[in-house]
Amino acid sequence: MNLVTTLRIAVIAGAALLVELLCRLNVITPFTMTSPSNTFVNLVHLLASGKPWPDLTFTLVNTLAAILVSVVVGFVLGVLIQRIPRLRRVVSPLLAAYYAVPTFVFYPLMIVLLGLNRLSLIAIGVTLGLIGMIVSTIDGMDRIPRVFLKTAATYRMSPVARTFLVALPAATPHLITGIKLAVTYSITGVIAGEFILSVAGLGRGIAVAYNDLDNKTMYALLALLLTSVTVVNVGIHEWERRVYARWGLR
Amino acid sequence: MIQAPPAAPALTVHLNEHVYDKGGRPVHALGEIDIALAPGEFFSVIGPSGCGKSTLLEIAGGLQKATSGTVTFEGKPVAGEVPDGVGIVFQEDASFPWLTVRNNIAFGLRRHGIDAAEIEKRVDYALDFMRLGDFADHHPPQLSGGMRQRVCIARTLVLRPRLILLDEPFAALDQQTRLMMGEELLRLWRSTNATVLLITHGLDEAAMLSDRIGVMSARPGHFVETLVTGWPRDRDSRVVSEPHFGELTAAMWTHLRAESMRSAPDASGATADA
Repeated sequence: MNLVTTLRIAVIAGAALLVELLCRLNVITPFTMTSPSNTFVNLVHLLASGKPWPDLTFTLVNTLAAILVSVVVGFVLGVLIQRIPRLRRVVSPLLAAYYAVPTFVFYPLMIVLLGLNRLSLIAIGVTLGLIGMIVSTIDGMDRIPRVFLKTAATYRMSPVARTFLVALPAATPHLITGIKLAVTYSITGVIAGEFILSVAGLGRGIAVAYNDLDNKTMYALLALLLTSVTVVNVGIHEWERRVYARWGLR
Repeated sequence: MIQAPPAAPALTVHLNEHVYDKGGRPVHALGEIDIALAPGEFFSVIGPSGCGKSTLLEIAGGLQKATSGTVTFEGKPVAGEVPDGVGIVFQEDASFPWLTVRNNIAFGLRRHGIDAAEIEKRVDYALDFMRLGDFADHHPPQLSGGMRQRVCIARTLVLRPRLILLDEPFAALDQQTRLMMGEELLRLWRSTNATVLLITHGLDEAAMLSDRIGVMSARPGHFVETLVTGWPRDRDSRVVSEPHFGELTAAMWTHLRAESMRSAPDASGATADA
């Protein structure tokens, strides 16, 4: 473990210790927040009870579906937009302005169109995650060294083979950025959707606990959510680090 | 017209001109070109920067279509794609960073549907021939520039091309490595009996490696002189100490200097004399 990683962990641990101390000194009251140690104990009990598993599974399936659709559809659309100059000229300003629009306001519309079910949650996740993947794919395809495509031409590769065996791997560092964005935004979209209005899910569990003033459950579920998202992000970061190291980019 | 060698040519390039569009403005890249390379010949092309050398190579290899003219490889017209039996090595590093050295070298073979045992045999031979055996499982970014270029040459070598087109393959390397890579290239050329068309900026490289050297004019590029080196086939970098080596480079420089000055009429005296 290098010094930067050690310091990073020390900062997180220090913040947790500070909150623990403030809770124990009653500066932060139990009505406001449970201490980190109590949150951990509550989480263990909650998991052992089996209660959060259906919600966790519901959220996990929705999030994975949203990520998958965002990544696959985003990649295909990104390739098409990059390959068709006229289409690119039409949609580029829209893509650039997309994240300036609070797209989450369309969630009620999703419910009207798709119903109060997982489809509307997946849809809002995709709405948020798709564009980052499209933009990163276009960027990645733009930056493929021309010599790689000329090399592909020397092997008389078909357009499909060229895309999947040369262009796709050559654009990998940029695609990872797109996947990171798709994952982050899809998780945000699904959880936020569940939090506002849903039949199940981790976000709904947190919202219900919040409305019931059930701090023990709410903070335990928040801890579970944060831990899960952190594990996913650390995994992607590690994948990115390995790819970049292999490419000699870092 | 450059006199054709006596044997039936492996490659012929007969162009009237080649023009491309640059921002709505036509650029005359190449003028009249008429060359014929004999089977097994090592032909180098030198010329001032921007004279169309690389364009000529891409047209010869089928990567670009000439505006007007014909290209044949082994008597068949080169039309729209790189013909079977032609290998191209580019100036830029074209090794794929996501593949190991071994998989880079095997890449083209796998596209040609060759069976796994034969691929392994050819790749092992190429690794050994290009002295890359200890680095077979490395990825290109872990290698030096010279080694990465050897990977690209090995990737071409395993396909057993009958015509090898090289576009300034050693341009990014230091002088010492270039000389050593030149020897590797000669070794490769002798062992494969392939015809070689080398584009280079290096007068010494052209003088050391070639059977014939075509000197190109400034744009629109055409051949102003062809020099026959007269070196034996089993030559190596020691020819640089021969008096004839100096005569060849001097002859090339005489033409190149005139063409370079012609292509840069506003250049200062210092540039012209450089």
